[in-house]
Amino acid sequence: MVTPDKDMNNTSTAYPKLAVEFCGIPMKNPIVAASGTFGFGLEYAGYLDLSHDVGAISVKGLTPEPRHGNKGTRIAETASGVLNCIGLENPGAETFVRDTLPVLKTYDVPILANISSADVDGYGYMAETLSVDGIAGFEVNISCPNVKNGGMAFGVQAESAAEVCRMVKAHTDLPVIMKLSPNVTNIVEIAKAVEDAGADGISMINTLLGMAIDVRTRRPILGNLYGGLSGPAVKPVALRLVHQVAQAVSIPIMGMGGIMTGTDAVEFMLAGADIVSVGTATMVDPTAIARIAKEMNEYAEAEKLTHISDIVGGLRI
Amino acid sequence: MSGYVEAARVLRNEQIGADVWIMELYAPKQAKEAQVGQFCNVRVTDGTAPLLRRPISYAGFDSEKGTITLLYRVVGRGTELMTRLEKDDTLDCLGPLGSRFETSRHMLLVGGGVGIAPMLCIASKLKDGEEAQVLLGFRSKSESFWADLFKPYPVKVHITTDDGSLGTKGFPTALMPTLAADNDFSAVLTCGPTPMMKGVAAEAATLGIPCQVSLEERMGCGTGGCLGCGCDGAGGKRYKVCQDGPVFPAEEVFF
Repeated sequence: MVTPDKDMNNTSTAYPKLAVEFCGIPMKNPIVAASGTFGFGLEYAGYLDLSHDVGAISVKGLTPEPRHGNKGTRIAETASGVLNCIGLENPGAETFVRDTLPVLKTYDVPILANISSADVDGYGYMAETLSVDGIAGFEVNISCPNVKNGGMAFGVQAESAAEVCRMVKAHTDLPVIMKLSPNVTNIVEIAKAVEDAGADGISMINTLLGMAIDVRTRRPILGNLYGGLSGPAVKPVALRLVHQVAQAVSIPIMGMGGIMTGTDAVEFMLAGADIVSVGTATMVDPTAIARIAKEMNEYAEAEKLTHISDIVGGLRI
Repeated sequence: MSGYVEAARVLRNEQIGADVWIMELYAPKQAKEAQVGQFCNVRVTDGTAPLLRRPISYAGFDSEKGTITLLYRVVGRGTELMTRLEKDDTLDCLGPLGSRFETSRHMLLVGGGVGIAPMLCIASKLKDGEEAQVLLGFRSKSESFWADLFKPYPVKVHITTDDGSLGTKGFPTALMPTLAADNDFSAVLTCGPTPMMKGVAAEAATLGIPCQVSLEERMGCGTGGCLGCGCDGAGGKRYKVCQDGPVFPAEEVFF
């Protein structure tokens, strides 16, 4: 959690108009480094000032036990997008808490623990194990498309999504943000279910299930056959889904899906996202988050906004 | 550990083989810190297609002139766009990235295909007390332009071809026992197709010479953030090729 000393620093943001609070977590700007694209954050300490440039960091998805992830090719580029099937490679929650968090928490930036489990009880274990000093909140992955029992089974049905949410809430006092899958028939129904189950916020969207084929070998390019699509290719879909969910729930939304520029981020906020998350852009440019924050501030200045939050849900129809 | 994002200026971009090009760029920050075996990750357009960067090993660098040299094979849209760059155009280069080769007293440098680039880099950067011999594996003599690149440097070049049209017929491993018998090599350093490197590493182990390999892997970010290039290491370890590699002791990744 944020120490008193760090609160002093929190008031000195580069862009006062971008400072926000999301689910009770103060952030210097509304940009969260997306889970799975930012390692555990430390990989980017040489590219960004983690204590000033980044709103929050959602760490690489953690599971109860260490995982090696999927075999074979795990990444493929498609038209304006990236397919991945990493398969939740991570050292496990306990190793993260013991080895990585002590270093990570020396930076003045909120850390969100992104958690997955193959069973509902495991989500309770994860919440308990990670409700420690240095963690500001949870992003609950019920939507990883790359792992059998990696959570997506929970995320595609309203009742199981709600069950996971209740389990995490029962094992932590920290804010709980449920990450929704776009690979569902009715995302609004699931959003409402997790809201009713006590979720403090929603993050959306996880990747869209896709595939790529090599016609020469006639084989799938990804070792896992299917993978999750991210990047600019998914942005229109993500915007539409954020807009639909924002109409239906009153808890705050972290919007993501192909944000490459400040303009993209503003679009998500107009559609109803309270804050945004940037992932694939970091893979292209490790300094992307700082640039996008600068561009969002330029928009706020140009539009004479008192605060960037003034545009949230401000879509004119 | 971290690289620099530089708007590198193209000094030269020429075709040297059927589908192989050489590009020299002014990129002073990475030229100053680059080490043999490291790579840069180039962004070929500022649009979104292609979206990801392309990892390319340094074939050379000059810290005083502030230049880096890249050898690249045209394999797709991204590298095809690179061929269109002209003198004084800029190319977004992120580097230096990854691990380096550990150089030593008398090295045998074994390269195949575009994996010859980092071997050229080592040959161009020999320090006092270091010497190297080069062993290149080609499909046929049509690839001999690679050997010409080593002419400026004080290294003996040995060649094998799959079809016997130049040098010794066979794979580079065929020549290794003879070369090892005639020389007291301190290390074998290799980069090329994975089957070739596995063969070279196995032969080096048989000959009792320490071997380092440079892995080629699809990368998402090149900066350790996405785990797209994760690989198994000895003893159940996990590595990121972009950050822990691309250069590894052979026994750490081939087992």
